[in-house]
Amino acid sequence: MGYSFPEEALEHVLWFLSSDKDRNSVSLVCKSWYEIERWCRRRVFVGNCYAVTPEIVIRRFPEVRALEMKGKPHFADFNLVPEGWGAYVYPWISAMSVAYPWLEEIKLKRMVVTDESLELISKSFKNFRVLVLSSCEGFTTDGLASIAANCSNLRELDLRDSEVEDLSGHWLSHFPDNCTSLVSLNMSCSGSEVSFSALERLVARCPNLRTLRLNRAVPLEKLPNLLRRAPQLEELGTGAYSAEIRSDIYSNLAEAFSFCKQLKGLSGFWDVVPAYLPAMYSVCSGLTSLNLSYATLQCPDLTKLVSQCHSLQRLWVLDYIEDSGLEALSASCKDLQELRVFPSDPFGAEPNVFLTEQGLVSVSEGCPKLQSVLYFCRQMSNAALITIAKNRPNMIRFRLCIIEPQVPDYLTLEPLDTGFGAIVKSCKELRRLSMSGLLTDRVFDYIGTHAKKLEMLSIAFAGDSDLGLHHVLSGCDSLRKLEIRDCPFGDKALLANAAKLETMRSLWMSSCSVSYGACKLLGQKMPRLNVEVIDERGPPDSRPDSCPVEKLYVYRTVGGRRIDMPGYVWTMDEDSTLEFS
Amino acid sequence: MSIPQEHDYIGSSEPLQVGKSSKDVKNNIFNLKETELRLGLPGSESPERKVANGVSIFGKDLKDESVNGFSHSPLKNFVSGAKRGFSDAINDSGKWVLSMNGGSEVDLKKADTLFSPKGVNVGGKNNNNLQSTPVKPVEEKKNENGSTAPASKAQVVGWPPVRSFRKNTLATNLSKNSDVTGKSGSGCLYVKVSMDGAPYLRKIDLKTYSSYAELSSALEKMFSCFTIGQYSHGLAGQEILSESRLMDLLHGSEYVLTYEDKDGDWMLVGDVPWGMFTDSCKRLRIMKGSDAIGLGMAYNFLTTFRASTCSKDHAEMQEPKLGKCNQQKDRIF
Repeated sequence: MGYSFPEEALEHVLWFLSSDKDRNSVSLVCKSWYEIERWCRRRVFVGNCYAVTPEIVIRRFPEVRALEMKGKPHFADFNLVPEGWGAYVYPWISAMSVAYPWLEEIKLKRMVVTDESLELISKSFKNFRVLVLSSCEGFTTDGLASIAANCSNLRELDLRDSEVEDLSGHWLSHFPDNCTSLVSLNMSCSGSEVSFSALERLVARCPNLRTLRLNRAVPLEKLPNLLRRAPQLEELGTGAYSAEIRSDIYSNLAEAFSFCKQLKGLSGFWDVVPAYLPAMYSVCSGLTSLNLSYATLQCPDLTKLVSQCHSLQRLWVLDYIEDSGLEALSASCKDLQELRVFPSDPFGAEPNVFLTEQGLVSVSEGCPKLQSVLYFCRQMSNAALITIAKNRPNMIRFRLCIIEPQVPDYLTLEPLDTGFGAIVKSCKELRRLSMSGLLTDRVFDYIGTHAKKLEMLSIAFAGDSDLGLHHVLSGCDSLRKLEIRDCPFGDKALLANAAKLETMRSLWMSSCSVSYGACKLLGQKMPRLNVEVIDERGPPDSRPDSCPVEKLYVYRTVGGRRIDMPGYVWTMDEDSTLEFS
Repeated sequence: MSIPQEHDYIGSSEPLQVGKSSKDVKNNIFNLKETELRLGLPGSESPERKVANGVSIFGKDLKDESVNGFSHSPLKNFVSGAKRGFSDAINDSGKWVLSMNGGSEVDLKKADTLFSPKGVNVGGKNNNNLQSTPVKPVEEKKNENGSTAPASKAQVVGWPPVRSFRKNTLATNLSKNSDVTGKSGSGCLYVKVSMDGAPYLRKIDLKTYSSYAELSSALEKMFSCFTIGQYSHGLAGQEILSESRLMDLLHGSEYVLTYEDKDGDWMLVGDVPWGMFTDSCKRLRIMKGSDAIGLGMAYNFLTTFRASTCSKDHAEMQEPKLGKCNQQKDRIF
């Protein structure tokens, strides 16, 4: 006998736990807590769709209402993962259509979603509310039409950065007249022109609509019609921000913007005509998020715009903003937390704008809350990185892309080891780091020594030897995702740190020097890892074991080897025989 | 816990040992990469490319001296957009401006110094070539293939890491710009400026101005040499042109600033917002007032110019729709 905590009480307590980490800890306490917890878990996050199977998830968590899942490796965004690699969501939808009839939310990233999947979703889950497809592909506007037509309680339809095949714009018209539940609609990635009157009516009858991201095809002169019907909007993505210059269009637009007192986020601005910018000035002071990364505005217009956005917390912008614009930003936007500067001409041989490391240094000096940076530029110095590190020890995400690979410190011609070393040493909470420029093994020594909270590391064209990889794998205690391309890392470090790979979500290595033999060995010795060789030259068996593989993707899994691999992916496992010459 | 050492013998035929010199490692990589089937575009180079034939920061050729096989091309990073006064870069060849505080030393100079009547020649090329790309002080150098470097280099797959959607959007933007201006690159917008009576045309970058006032004052300075010259020519006995007289001259009533838009129509400068103007302006013409009557108004735009003669035949000038250039005597303003 003994004191026992009533199950109902525990369940009631667990309701308040939303963090997966906490719930996982709870389920480790004892068997009965494990049982209670698994019955009341409503949200499941699967970071790698191949780490587990639908059956295992369903068996453990029978009452799930929301699934969030990620598929392809991050480098798929940059065309490093060939077509047909995998990450199909259909098997999951199929299993869940039976097991979770009350499923409400599906959020997917980098997965292949077919029209069939979308149709199954729309028909299987009576209370379906939220569909977020981030960087997904494989579906057409027909699939969207099914969702629109059948999900009567739909709250969110967000297609951010996905590739949708535009067969027709009529999909939007499939929302029934009695659908009034929309809270968020993001169709910015689609190309097709939707029926504007259908869009207008939809917006008008959804009083809770907070987020509306239009696509490029929605003309600027019609935007006021939507704004007037949704003055409660908090996030707006414009369509094309251009029209012939007419004062009536301008005043209509300006007036409509002035009614939107709740606007916190703006994006869109394709084909922007600067003459129409002042029409949105009235909302600037309230903006916390501004995405101008498709706006080909020049420095003066950009500077003027951001200087008015005193509440700005997040800015995404093209490098047209230049150093001077960033300096103005640092003076005006003291709440800035996240800055992303994208290249306007990434493949040009010469710089086309006056944006250097100085812009980032200015922002690091002037914006005390700056914690997340993505910065494309063409030159960098250790001195600048050291300054940034000193200014911003609170940095959490730091991604620097110097456009030309292996470019040294432009002042001293030295590698950028000390600069990045300063970053990891000073920024003790750093969780994500992407590096570029000329880097030797030394920078990895710094990272392994200091970057104890680092969870994701991206490396390209860096390092001298296996020692570099070894420093990272042996030193970074919190590492979850490691992606490497075009580095001279080979077998030794990988094999010496094989156990580490089980503590991580995944490892990607492409155009490195890992031999086929080492991959086989790794697969053989580590049964809880899937070691997948991606090689489009044909079966790796047709080449010597010493031959390096093109690409390697290693991830931990309880689901066993996958069964949906295309012809150019080979799994290394216990069945592989080792041949030694 | 690590894999026992006996598994080392699996290692590649060219084992990458820690102690090896980095150069050897790189050579190994080179060899492996030569034989590897890559996914890059045809002709695209391995990222550890042979050192480019650029001039280094210290003027030395760093072809094979590089230890680590990286390409010494920091010089490229100095050359910013067309806003730079490129005459400075030419004059300072071999001596580079290192401070980047708003580009103080290579500050954007207005059209008057950039386009002094003497013209600035880069290796013998004339002004018209400026429109191609931002300044390349070593234009005469060729790359290893013996051809002049293309405006955009061969691409490594997936580098720089820009998503496809963004790449495609940028490509559309750049091509749109080139439709308007006749060239690629979005950092500058050169248009010809002609003035009735002037012996030659000028070229300006509209992107360096942000308002009509700036444009007009730049044009004033640029074409003042003609008006002053004419003026002192015409009025004997007055050798020195006082400032107040000059202002009177320039704010006289003779000239009107017009532009040709995307549709080929000649429009009066100043009607539309500045941004829209720069988007649609293909060339400028400083037109004599009498010829501007056909535009519906004879009043002046912000500044006008005066010339007393207009005698030459200008092959480069478009045949004015409104009537030809007249020869006029001085008019006392």
